[in-house]
Amino acid sequence: MMARIVVFLAGVVFAAGLVIGGMTDPKKVQAFLDIGGIASGRWDPSLAFVMGGALMVAAIAFALLPKRKKPWFATGFDLPTVRRIDKALLAGAALFGVGWGLAGYCPGPAVASLTTGGMDIALFLPAMLVGMVLTKRFLQARAT
Amino acid sequence: MHPYLQSLIGGVLIGVATWLLLAAMGRVAGISGIVTSAFTEREGRDWRWAFIAGLIVGGALFAWLFNAVSIAPRSPGLLIAAGLLVGVGTVLGSGCTSGHGVCGLSRASVRSLAATLTFMGAGMATVATLRAFGALA
Repeated sequence: MMARIVVFLAGVVFAAGLVIGGMTDPKKVQAFLDIGGIASGRWDPSLAFVMGGALMVAAIAFALLPKRKKPWFATGFDLPTVRRIDKALLAGAALFGVGWGLAGYCPGPAVASLTTGGMDIALFLPAMLVGMVLTKRFLQARAT
Repeated sequence: MHPYLQSLIGGVLIGVATWLLLAAMGRVAGISGIVTSAFTEREGRDWRWAFIAGLIVGGALFAWLFNAVSIAPRSPGLLIAAGLLVGVGTVLGSGCTSGHGVCGLSRASVRSLAATLTFMGAGMATVATLRAFGALA
């Protein structure tokens, strides 16, 4: 029970960061990606500060915590170990980037906007979930 | 408050949440991975749904507190296509803005750097294209 409460709170704090940082505002996201507007002063670089702030804190966490014997509520640290840069990684990232640019939502803000995103999210989120689950099933089927 | 400072504070909160999840479960806070596995895997379903519930409740609470916007009316077809691309792309590419952009980069992963540069580049090219066709406000 304690584990669930702490993880729930982590989700709440994550969402707070997304909302306060501006990541849940699709117009702001697109204004950040709009580097064609740098010369005219239209470009809004503020989302770079979201990433900078998150990296500062997360880098310390990843430097310190995995040295501990184990997390509070799990038997060990379970962190990604794949280092390969392959076609799937780059093609996937490219497709994701196109979708992100088109709508201004990445997965975290899309989920955090469930109750506030109106028709935008009513269309975007189910499509995203379908894409995720089908792709995962496809990759799993191919691997076996 | 200056918008840059506000964004920096938002980023620090995302970092704190990442710290919390790592300390509690020993996992990276990659949202696309957490959401996908919540639907497709039996193991770890509890903590993943607890985190997702926190995201939804926190998103509602702070949008209300800060009067934040998350709507920009677009054509339904564009939103559905964008959702599919984000869903397929993040699973094929093993991560999104949080998993690669925050967790991967803070672990000095070259793989995540390659992914982050790719999705940022693709996002920028897409917005430039939208603007070229006059499809951006």
